[in-house]
Amino acid sequence: MPDVLAILEQRGGTLKKVSHETLTAARHLADGLNGEVHALLIGAAGGSGDGLGTFGADKVLLAADEGLRDYQADRYAAVAASAGDYPVVVIAATALGKDLAPRVAARLGGALAADVTEVRYEDGIVVTRPVYAGKAIYTLKVTGSPCVLSVRPNAITPEQSEKAGTTEMMPVAAADPRAKTVEVKQPEKAALDVAEASVVVSGGRGLKEPENFGLLEDLAGALGAAVGASRAVVDAGWRPHAEQVGQTGKVVSPNLYVAVGISGAIQHLAGIRTAKTIVAINKDPDAPIFKVADYGIVGDLFEVVPKLTEEIRKVREG
Amino acid sequence: MKLAVCVKRVPDSEARIKIGADGSAIDGSGVKFVLNPYDEYAVEEALKLKEAAGAGEVVVISVGPDAAQETIRTALAMGADRGVLLRSETLPLDPLPVARALAAEVKDGSFDLVLFGKMAIDDSSHAVGTMVAELLELPCVSAVAHLSVADGSGTAEREVEGGVEVVEFALPAVVTADKGLNEPRYPALRGIMMAKKKQLEVKDAGLEAGGLEVVSLSHPPERKAGRIVGEGAEAVPALIEALKNEAKVL
Ligand SMILES: Cc1cc2nc3c(=O)[nH]c(=O)nc-3n(C[C@H](O)[C@H](O)[C@H](O)COP(=O)(O)OP(=O)(O)OC[C@H]3O[C@@H](n4cnc5c(N)ncnc54)[C@H](O)[C@@H]3O)c2cc1C
Ligand SMILES: Nc1ncnc2c1ncn2[C@@H]1O[C@H](COP(=O)(O)O)[C@@H](O)[C@H]1O
Repeated sequence: MPDVLAILEQRGGTLKKVSHETLTAARHLADGLNGEVHALLIGAAGGSGDGLGTFGADKVLLAADEGLRDYQADRYAAVAASAGDYPVVVIAATALGKDLAPRVAARLGGALAADVTEVRYEDGIVVTRPVYAGKAIYTLKVTGSPCVLSVRPNAITPEQSEKAGTTEMMPVAAADPRAKTVEVKQPEKAALDVAEASVVVSGGRGLKEPENFGLLEDLAGALGAAVGASRAVVDAGWRPHAEQVGQTGKVVSPNLYVAVGISGAIQHLAGIRTAKTIVAINKDPDAPIFKVADYGIVGDLFEVVPKLTEEIRKVREG
Repeated sequence: MKLAVCVKRVPDSEARIKIGADGSAIDGSGVKFVLNPYDEYAVEEALKLKEAAGAGEVVVISVGPDAAQETIRTALAMGADRGVLLRSETLPLDPLPVARALAAEVKDGSFDLVLFGKMAIDDSSHAVGTMVAELLELPCVSAVAHLSVADGSGTAEREVEGGVEVVEFALPAVVTADKGLNEPRYPALRGIMMAKKKQLEVKDAGLEAGGLEVVSLSHPPERKAGRIVGEGAEAVPALIEALKNEAKVL
C-alpha cells in the first residue's frame, strides 16, 4: 500500500503544533498516491491521538513506553523504522526531526529531502528546498523509494481533512540505546523558541548593553513573541546561542519578525527570508535590513520600542 | 586517541550565488570556497581531544572535487595530521550516497571518535554525520555544543527547543558539532607551511546517484519592496495601523 507515515512530535505528552503541518504535508502526498496517512506518536504511556483524524490521519499508531518520554534517538529511530513498509515518511524539521530524519532514512536505505518548504504530488513527489542559506531554491523530484521528507516548521499551512483517525497501539521492543539521553535541562524560565514562535522580536548590537534587552522582552511580552538575537550579541555573550537567528543560528518563518538595532547582514537575512512580515527599527536609514523589511521606522530604538510596546498593549487590550 | 573529521568545501557565507547556465546547479566561477564553518568546530574539537590525550592522530576526510584538497589543507594547517580526498566532481543532493562513501572510509580506521559539522551551509541537510553513525551502528549525538570525553565514554549536550539534552555514550562514537562547542584556531603561518608536506591521499569516491532529481534551481522570489512608515516614536501609530490593517498580523 502506498501509505504515508507521518511522525508526529510531542513534548511532555502534549502534541506540538508543528504536527498538524506534518500531517497536512503527508495528507497531500497520500492523496496523490491514493494511500492512507498513518500518524506515529512516540512517547510515554497515556499519550492520545485524539483529534488527529481532523487533520487527515486515517490511522494513529501509538508507540508508548516509559523509556520514550524524552527523545531517545536510537529508540525513536528503531520504532520509526519498524512501523511498517512505508514508501514515504514525513517528519517536521525541528531539533528532534533534524536528528531523527537522517537516522530513519539511513535505516530504511532511503533518500532524504531535508528541510523542505513545499511538498506536492505531480506524477511523483515534488519538493522545494532552500539551499545556500536561502539564496537559491531547488525544486526536486523525489525518485528514491523509500524516502524521508523533513518539513520546515511554519512553511506549510495546516489544513483540516476529516478522516477516521482510529488508534492502534504499536508494540515497542525493549532496547538498550547506543547513546542515552540522561537529562533534559530546562531553562530557568521557560522561553518560547524562535524557531517555533509565530512572532519573533530580535535585537542586535544597537541595543548597546545586555540589560537593554529588557525593552525587547517587554515588547515580546506584549506581542506574545519569542526573543531572538543577532550573532553579534550572541558572540558578545549578551544572549544565549539558542536565540541566534541566521545562517549559523536558527531559520525562522514567523508571521511577524521585528528586527531592532540589527543592521541586516547577509548571514542574518538568511535566517528570516521566509518570515511573512518583517518590521525593522534602526537609526540608520541605509541599514540593509530596510531592503527586506515590509515596514521600517528610522529612529532611535530607545524611543521607538517603548512607544511600540505601549501601543501594542492598547491594541491587545482594546 | 584516533580521530576522524569529515569536512566539506562550501561557498563562503558571503558569496553571491549565481545559477549556472543549465539551471540545475550554481555557477561556481568567481565564488570563494571555504571549509564549512561547522566543520571548523569539529576540527578544533578533534585537535583539542588529541592534545588532551597526549597522543593520537587526526585524519581529515572530504568527499568533493579536486579543489577540496585546499579545504583539507586548511584543516591540516590548523593541526590535523593527514588527509583523504574521496574525489567526486559533483555531489548528489541526497545525503545518503556521501554518507555511505564516508562510512566505508572510516569503517576500518579504528577511530575512537568521528566528528562532523552539524550541517553544511550549502545544502543544509543536517544529515551526513548522523547517517554515517547509523550505517556503522555507532552511538551518535548531533548538534553538540558541549562535549567531554574520558575513559572510553563521553557526555554531550545539545540544544533543543526550550532545553538542553544531556546524552551519554560509549566510544567509538560519532559527534556532530554546533556553534559554541569551541573557538576554532586560525592556522598559523608555520601550520600552513607544515600542511603542505602532510600526507593527502586522493582516491575516487564512486558515489551512487541518490534519490533526488533536480528539476530546477532558482533564486527565491524577491520580497516585495517595503516602505519606511516614518521616523522616530511618532511613526509608531502608522506602523500599528499597517500591521493591523495591511499585513493583518496584529
Ligand atoms: C560565517 C558567518 C556566519 C554568520 N552567521 C550569522 C548568523 O547566523 N546570524 C547573525 O545575526 N549574524 C551572523 N553573522 C554575523 C554577521 O555578519 C553580522 O556581523 C551580524 O549579524 C551583525 O549583528 P548586528 O546587526 O547586531 O550588529 P551591527 O551590524 O553592528 O548592527 C547594529 C545596528 O544597530 C543600529 N543601531 C545602533 N544604535 C541604534 C539605536 N539607538 N537605535 C536604532 N538602531 C541602532 C545600527 O544602525 C546598526 O545597523 C555571521 C558571520 C559569518 C562570517
Ligand atoms: N562531501 C562531504 N565530504 C565530507 N564531509 C561531508 C560532506 N558533506 C557533508 N559532510 C559532513 O557532514 C556534515 C553535515 O552535512 P550535511 O548533512 O550536508 O548538512 C558536514 O558538516 C560535514 O562534516
